[in-house]
Amino acid sequence: MAQLFPQWSNTVVRIAFVALLALPVAVPAALMIAVRTPYQTGEGVYREQPVPFSHEHHAGNLNIDCRYCHHTVEQSTFSGMPATQVCMTCHSQLWTDADMLAPVRRSLAFQEPLRWRRINKLADYVYFDHSIHVNKGVGCETCHGRIDTMPLTYPTEGFQMQFCLECHRNPERYLRPRSEITTMGWEPPVPQHQLGTRLLETFQIHKEQLTDCSICHR
Amino acid sequence: MKKSTERARHQGDVFESIGRKLAAMTSGGSRRGWLLMFAFFALLSLIFLYTIMLVFTVGVGMLGINIPVAWGFPIINVVWWIGIGHAGTLISAILLLLRQGWRAPISRFAEAMTLFAAGIAGMMPIIHLGRPWFFYWLVPYPATMGVWPQWRSPLVWDFFAIATYITVSLLFWYLGLVPDLGSMRDRAKTKLGRRIYGVFALGWRGAASHWRRYQTAYLLIAGLATPLVVSVHSVIALDFAVTLVPGYHSQVFPPYFVAGALFSGFAMVLTLTIPMRRIFRLYDLITSDHLEVMAKIMLAAGLVVIYGYVIEYFLIWYDGDEYHIYLAFNRMFGPYAPYFWGMMFINVLLTQSLWFPKVRRSAGILFAVAVVLNVGMWLERYVIVIISTNRDFLPSSWNTSFGTWVDWSMLLGSLGLFFALFLLFIRAVPAISIFEEKELEYEHEHEESGRS
Repeated sequence: MAQLFPQWSNTVVRIAFVALLALPVAVPAALMIAVRTPYQTGEGVYREQPVPFSHEHHAGNLNIDCRYCHHTVEQSTFSGMPATQVCMTCHSQLWTDADMLAPVRRSLAFQEPLRWRRINKLADYVYFDHSIHVNKGVGCETCHGRIDTMPLTYPTEGFQMQFCLECHRNPERYLRPRSEITTMGWEPPVPQHQLGTRLLETFQIHKEQLTDCSICHR
Repeated sequence: MKKSTERARHQGDVFESIGRKLAAMTSGGSRRGWLLMFAFFALLSLIFLYTIMLVFTVGVGMLGINIPVAWGFPIINVVWWIGIGHAGTLISAILLLLRQGWRAPISRFAEAMTLFAAGIAGMMPIIHLGRPWFFYWLVPYPATMGVWPQWRSPLVWDFFAIATYITVSLLFWYLGLVPDLGSMRDRAKTKLGRRIYGVFALGWRGAASHWRRYQTAYLLIAGLATPLVVSVHSVIALDFAVTLVPGYHSQVFPPYFVAGALFSGFAMVLTLTIPMRRIFRLYDLITSDHLEVMAKIMLAAGLVVIYGYVIEYFLIWYDGDEYHIYLAFNRMFGPYAPYFWGMMFINVLLTQSLWFPKVRRSAGILFAVAVVLNVGMWLERYVIVIISTNRDFLPSSWNTSFGTWVDWSMLLGSLGLFFALFLLFIRAVPAISIFEEKELEYEHEHEESGRS
């Protein structure tokens, strides 16, 4: 009787055996890597805005306080986006005929707000409040990175749950005094763990409650 | 000298006839009858698929569950189906290690039964999830959520128990098939058939070195499968036992669940064996002795189950807890009383019929008893799962929920899927192990020749 299988089938079977062992590891591993790539998280990816606003120029070079534009960050869940009038505080006097600022002038003339596009997105089942974080010593920089070095704004974090939990589990590693909330490139004057532990007490943060499901999922 | 050659020739003939008969089962019997049966069960499987889709797209509200009855039919079904699987593992692993020759003709399809039952059981908890597409959250993997499954929860143990069980059952079943796949390859009439069986036979040539490795591997997997007979259903029992719900919270559950599993499992093996024996005329391979042994195991397991009932209600009386006593009252005289008394009648009274050799040796009666006992064991899970929660601590939240048409269709559909898979299995591979039958025959002959 002739051979049932040609000789190369041995190789196929060997490859199949290796694949049978390797694929159950490789496929999930590839997926796990994929969800962490900027393609998925949006980390470091610019978004087109109606006006190419530069945080590097305004927050960095000019040193305007974050809260000048994001004025509800201390009282509200939402940090607040500046009204056209806020831009016009300066730009009614400065660069009044710059092409770049034409959409801002149009917005004022037609009473139509600028439509900024959201950069930092959280899942809709997450309850997030800016005010509690800012008031309990979480600096802008901690989540949004060195915004003062960004000519165009991009998120430095994908805001996956592990990112939130990292701080909710060990808040003392990240806290800073309230006076330094908006400081960029802040260095703790004393070792962070000492300062952090002290701040936990000052702000009355009950660490053990911070990882309750209902803290973020309400 | 001449006599021994004659005997050898005779033995060769017997071997050949066993091989031919068992291999022919894949194409034997009535083609039309098979098709009709398969069409019927395939249709039921479609109903299963339909109900699953309904639950996945519309939501678990399609099932008869609501607070306080949060666990409904899918949970009853998972316990029932996984229990059925246990008989296969007992037959193939423990009885193999104990060298019980009578397991040979039933082990292969009992293992297939285990595999299909465990597969269906594995689907049930996923159907029960509100968001089934996240079922993989039970797997401990480095998720971007930064959280891991709750190791203290028996639901996680459950996941591991069932996943291990399915994996080991599949390996065990496949490994046991390899030599027979070799025979099927050599007997196949078409080239395609030879090739398909050939791929799965993994180059089996029946060489002595093959057999030596094969037997080592088979014993090893049997050793691995042995603890699963006890552990899987114990873990399922812990899902209930670690809660604080009267009726769930009971120390007797793990051993009592294992006994119940073997009880219902052997009932299902008999439910499958008896018709198969008749259709394929396997009276010389599966004799009344085989039926009797299985019936005896069933009786023994049934008595342990009854002992479990006694202990359960004794403890209710003994601890004197108000809620616990009310639970017993609710089971006996509450809105689900027919389920309770049905279970008692079947599992306690009907089991006693197995004391009579006439029942144990008569295929017809035994078949009827086995089918009804399957129902009885399903009722037992109904009593545990639903009648424990429907009236909980707070009377204002009491709720009586019965299965909806989706629940019942899903149960029926899962049975359809099970039998449809079984019918496919009978057609694809020898449902009775050819080489083990030959081995048994060989040992038999040797015993006789040793005596003469």
